[in-house]
Amino acid sequence: MVKHAKPKGFYDVFERKSQDFPAGETTHYCPGCGHGTVHKLIAEALVDMGLQDRTIFLSPVGCAVFGYYYFDTGNIQCAHGRAPAVGTGVARSLDDAVVISYQGDGDLAGIGTAEIVHAANRNENMAVFFVNNAIYGMTGGQMAPTTLLGQSTTTSPLGRKSEREGGPIHMAEVMSALEGPIYIERCTLSSPAGVMKTRKAVRKALTNQSEKRGFSFVEILSPCPVGWKMTPVQSRSWMASSMESVFPVKRFRDEEAAPKGNGRLPFLDDGALRDLVGAVANEVPTKVSTLSQDLGVKIAGFGGQGVMSAGILLANAAIHEGLHTTWLPSYGPEMRGGKANASVVLSSDAVGSPVVDVPQALLAMNGPSLDAFENHVVPGGLVMVNSSLISRKVERRDVRVFEAPVSDLAAEAGFLKGANIVMLALFALESGVIGIQTLKEIIPKSMKNKDLVEINLRLVDVAEEFHGRE
Amino acid sequence: MKRTLMKGNDAVVRGALLGGATHFFGYPITPASEIAHGAADLFTRSGRTFLQAESETSAINMMYGAASSGARTMTASSGPGVALMLEGLSYLAGSQLPTVIVDVQRAGPGLGNIWPEQSDYDMCCKGGGHGGFHNIVLAPSSGQEMADFAHKAFDMADAYRMTVVILSDAYIGQMMEPVALPQDVRHGARKSWAVYGDEESRSNLISSIVMSQEGLANLNMELQAKYQRAARDLTDWEEEQTEDAQLIVVAFGITARIALTAVRMLRSEGHRVGLLRPKTLFPFPQERIAELAQVGGRMAVAELNEGMMARDVERAVAGRCPVSRYNWFGGVVPSAEEMVLRMKEDLDG
Amino acid sequence: MNHVVVSTDLCKACRLCVEACPKHCLELGSAINALGHQAVRFDSQECTACGMCFYVCPEPGTLTVMKGTA
Repeated sequence: MVKHAKPKGFYDVFERKSQDFPAGETTHYCPGCGHGTVHKLIAEALVDMGLQDRTIFLSPVGCAVFGYYYFDTGNIQCAHGRAPAVGTGVARSLDDAVVISYQGDGDLAGIGTAEIVHAANRNENMAVFFVNNAIYGMTGGQMAPTTLLGQSTTTSPLGRKSEREGGPIHMAEVMSALEGPIYIERCTLSSPAGVMKTRKAVRKALTNQSEKRGFSFVEILSPCPVGWKMTPVQSRSWMASSMESVFPVKRFRDEEAAPKGNGRLPFLDDGALRDLVGAVANEVPTKVSTLSQDLGVKIAGFGGQGVMSAGILLANAAIHEGLHTTWLPSYGPEMRGGKANASVVLSSDAVGSPVVDVPQALLAMNGPSLDAFENHVVPGGLVMVNSSLISRKVERRDVRVFEAPVSDLAAEAGFLKGANIVMLALFALESGVIGIQTLKEIIPKSMKNKDLVEINLRLVDVAEEFHGRE
Repeated sequence: MKRTLMKGNDAVVRGALLGGATHFFGYPITPASEIAHGAADLFTRSGRTFLQAESETSAINMMYGAASSGARTMTASSGPGVALMLEGLSYLAGSQLPTVIVDVQRAGPGLGNIWPEQSDYDMCCKGGGHGGFHNIVLAPSSGQEMADFAHKAFDMADAYRMTVVILSDAYIGQMMEPVALPQDVRHGARKSWAVYGDEESRSNLISSIVMSQEGLANLNMELQAKYQRAARDLTDWEEEQTEDAQLIVVAFGITARIALTAVRMLRSEGHRVGLLRPKTLFPFPQERIAELAQVGGRMAVAELNEGMMARDVERAVAGRCPVSRYNWFGGVVPSAEEMVLRMKEDLDG
Repeated sequence: MNHVVVSTDLCKACRLCVEACPKHCLELGSAINALGHQAVRFDSQECTACGMCFYVCPEPGTLTVMKGTA
């Protein structure tokens, strides 16, 4: 009776590696390499636990780059160090998948530190098997983040020295500093007993993963006889004598975690999605206005005077009038000077440029705005001046000027912040491009804060009264 | 359809959801951050997935994972962030995974500033990362196109198993315009090549590794054939009064909007000028540009960079007519009046 | 009888199984296999089918442990 045989979690023949015998039935790993042992423990567990169909195995960059040669599961090969991010994408897409991220020390503890730390911190539903052999195997025996002090490698030929290269990074301990992971253990392949304890840890992590309990991290101290320039048997002794004193073999955390939900809200159907995003079909244009030419309006003032929202109201009113429109905010350096401005273009036609360098109308809410833009207004254009804050007169003689103390008018009505509405309403009345009635219809629809609708409508009345007097 | 006033950055999120996007992985950056804000709200509330990644590098790799699992996935960023994604873009291309990236361009190099530029043109249109690959690059020039292009981008990405870049800019992203959102809600179908964590897909492998030289050569040829197919089927552009034009301006995105106004202004003065606006930058409408170049007259390329698209136009024109370059950079955006001045110089010259 | 079947051509002669076997049932042979290694061979009456050799062996298919007479 067969008691132990090649686990069915492996392909019968490793066809992605080779179709030939014996190349197609052996791994690409060097004699005595720890990867083959860890692979075997995982492949065996997947079958024993009935997880093979559900499993998506992430191969890293490093010696295990060809993990997909061997595991008869869904396979994804990842960029160097990115497997935990890739696994995040998989885990967030497939609720039932068993996600295995298999990584070496260069991949996980070097180039991929950000990815592993944050996937762990988010407690992503995945099992990470971190094979720590204290060296870069695939690329030729270079120093790894986990290389021991004194250990010589091709890039630390004199031996790793803390003053020069820093000391080895302890990833299980790093993981332990995070709240996310539910299970953290460091194992070793230095002895048959260590292998059997690793087998248990692999199964524990896969159980957690199968039951979707969260993030499991199993660090496995593993030999690289070729990289270490030792025989496989010597490499096991070196692990026990040197490596395990630097990387203590122990269970760091094992939480009784309940199955972890995905945190997603119910998936909206097509109709509900359309409603949510505002893809509304049934609206007939109320009217179609025409303008003899495109109208560029610049609304400018202090940040906080509501020039942006006045511009949005104007653009919304334009849509209501059946016009084409654009609204473009000025941001960046100008804002730091306390100035903000919105450019609004109204047109009977599809708007070309939204940039208003030569406005037909300037709504100046403060002095600096008048200073900045007065000279840009097109000859024959309209300059509206907030005389509450602007003491000087408009110097241009070739423009139409309308002055109104809009800040005072708003303050008298009890809402100084509504000066922009007074200004906009006066612009509507003075220019005639949008109806005052349109503005009144738009205000209740556009205002996010419904408490402000009433006062803003009153300010439109204030503007009408003022305009009537002028 | 109802036209709602919204930012391009808002329209692109809504268009994407209607186009079947289910997974958004992103990292905030001005001037693209409103896309992350909108996605965080709408992807989450619609039962889709929004996740703020720890970096753009992680975001693109999360997309690699989600796309491997058959999801319709996207991100949004600006130049400095897209640059960090280039590693992932190459892997996505090698593994032939469909994704969608919105690049709301800002001015560079380095951190530059947050005003518009179109200087990610080469980075996005020429592939960007290592190896010989391309992305499909769409160039919206309005809020409406931000919605429409995002809506169709996922079908396109799936059909070609390619990354589709929606190459926007700070103005197209942050400007508000009336937008009529598409009505049909699209969904991705099951993909025969993806890994779903089930029996049917168990034999599938997502990988960009091909160890044999011949095998990798074949993959490259397959990719190139796909790009040829895209060139035949997807190349898209818009023309404005090019028929009799003595001077045709070629411009995309925000610059095309400004050029349109400039063309209208000059036409009203009786000048024979026109505009060709590529809606796809890869594939590039080089054949049409070559045809127009043969009519005689003159072309000009207006763009917010030092002449990236001009090089493609010049290659298409191949010396058949003079090609002028109108370049602005550093975040400087010309007015239509400035554009008119440049065009008049060419008309007089 | 318990025994270990060695797929000789799949052995890389790392000796880990030789060291791991509590009953010293395995040893390296002298014949050179297709991979160029002197593959391990099983020659013992003492095998308990404990599986230690199997688990320490890095190759998936080299060792098969049989229990009983089959």
